[in-house]
Amino acid sequence: MSRLAGLLLAAGFLTSAPVHTALLVGGGAAVISGVVGVFTVIRGQAFAGHALADVSSAGGSLAFLLGVNPILGFLGMAGAAAAGMEAVGVRRLRGRDLATGVVLGAGLALAALFLYLDSTTTSTTGAAITVMFGSMFAIPAATGRLAAVVGGAALAGVALMYRPLLLASVDADLAAAQGVRVGGAGLMYALVLALSVALSAVTVGAILSTALLIGPAATALRLSRRPGQAMLVAAAIGLAATWLGILLAYDSYVWTPGHGWPVSFFIVTLIMAAHLLASRGRA
Amino acid sequence: MSGLAVERLSVALGGRPILREVSFEVAPGQFVGLIGSNGAGKTTLLRTILGFQAPAAGSVRRGSVGYVPQKILLDPDLPVRARDLVALGLDGSRLGLPLPSASRRRRVEEMLAAVDALAFADERIGRLSGGQQQRVLIAHALIRRPTLLLLDEPLANLDLHSAAGVVTLLGRLCREQGIAILISAHDMNPLLGVMDRIVYLADGRAAVGTVDEVVRGDVLSELYGHHVDVIRVHGRILVVVAPAAELAEPEQHATLLPPAPR
Ligand SMILES: Nc1ncnc2c1ncn2[C@@H]1O[C@H](COP(=O)(O)OP(=O)(O)OP(=O)(O)O)[C@@H](O)[C@H]1O
Ligand SMILES: [Mg+2]
Repeated sequence: MSRLAGLLLAAGFLTSAPVHTALLVGGGAAVISGVVGVFTVIRGQAFAGHALADVSSAGGSLAFLLGVNPILGFLGMAGAAAAGMEAVGVRRLRGRDLATGVVLGAGLALAALFLYLDSTTTSTTGAAITVMFGSMFAIPAATGRLAAVVGGAALAGVALMYRPLLLASVDADLAAAQGVRVGGAGLMYALVLALSVALSAVTVGAILSTALLIGPAATALRLSRRPGQAMLVAAAIGLAATWLGILLAYDSYVWTPGHGWPVSFFIVTLIMAAHLLASRGRA
Repeated sequence: MSGLAVERLSVALGGRPILREVSFEVAPGQFVGLIGSNGAGKTTLLRTILGFQAPAAGSVRRGSVGYVPQKILLDPDLPVRARDLVALGLDGSRLGLPLPSASRRRRVEEMLAAVDALAFADERIGRLSGGQQQRVLIAHALIRRPTLLLLDEPLANLDLHSAAGVVTLLGRLCREQGIAILISAHDMNPLLGVMDRIVYLADGRAAVGTVDEVVRGDVLSELYGHHVDVIRVHGRILVVVAPAAELAEPEQHATLLPPAPR
């Protein structure tokens, strides 16, 4: 029994500073992704959300190249892409999809260039892996403080825009008839999405941030029929998966030969498992 | 102003003229039917009144507005209950999180009762039937007590009994609260008992007046530009638009026919 506890909480888990940072930043990213993700799913913008994350990797890799905080790189690129997509395709769904595709292509081309330069001109050999798949246990304390600001801004944005955004996400015409500026609400949402994506990009990585955004939200929609409640459920699922994932990854140093398995793998697997469980439970 | 004044309104979509010099008014407490067959421009007119569509010429003056769209696509998994959507009708444009409020809850409850929607108030709106959704949308549009209510084909999804129920409800709201109502339909018959006036759209133009003034062979023939028969049977009205001689395909515009399923 105590051996099991020892295995679950491998030596030093509760006292390690990188683990603390990982729990705080990763947990915060999960909560915000869950809340924002419910809007993403309701609005049918999973593709835009994923594209934003992919594009933000160009900013992340540029940040490595320039030696600035990666969160700023992710955020700058995601913000620009979000504003671009909203500006091009506000009106028509189809237009939005095409706009997303075009922006995505351009963004990934930049990411390819910057990652190539990262790997050839600097000593940061792990940049590509870090940008794409995150490095939860190597988050600098400075990034943690920045993440708190970014996360706070995202939550404030959601709280401020909650009702107009919800109504516009249900039906744009209903919202417009109530005097909601639907375009403005969409832009606000896109910026909040950019904040959320930047945050999860530094934790689980740009590519896997979609899993954190869409998975818990999609599961929550099956479990709750109320909007606010769905957001809380999504946040809780994301948080649980992230913390448990961090624990399992930390423990995996013990039971794998070598360096353990990546945190992102565990988190995304847990999110997937939760979704399957919820689907089975309801079917 | 309260109510609605539409003056010499012309609208073009994609370069094609849809409405030409349409003028009419809806006074507070008046119930006006906007009648026309598929593609006559009813939705276009309502969207222009709402300000969603810019007119090519003419003007619209109106008071605060409630709107029930013709169709809204709702995902069955949408985590929004009927009562949530009605509450969003009350304060959906406000910033910040909604604080729990007993008076807000009571108003939502009263509105749900008024449209007879209490039985499914806690269901997800995407899983309600077309007619149930229609009631919830009417409650959503009315809860802020607008001076003008625009409804786009609200009866299209309803069986005869529900349609009669909704019409009676709208008639009562119109008289008791002095709301100006403009309601579109391709079949005028369910509205005959409550309509004060009719705006009949055909070929981009409108004939305006009471039902007796407008729904006549000579007036509608003039509007359509060719011969139209108006037949009254058992208190119902049937408008038969004869196909123009040069048209190869005969057109069927009998408004007594049930609406085509969409
Ligand atoms: N975006 C658009 N661009 C060009 N033409 C359009 C557009 N939207 C609608 N139309 C045309 O405008 C005309 C009027 O359409 P509208 O939807 O207003 O008709 P309606 O009276 O509401 O018909 P229904 O009874 O089928 O709802 C139709 O001929 C339609 O083809
Ligand atoms: Mg229409």
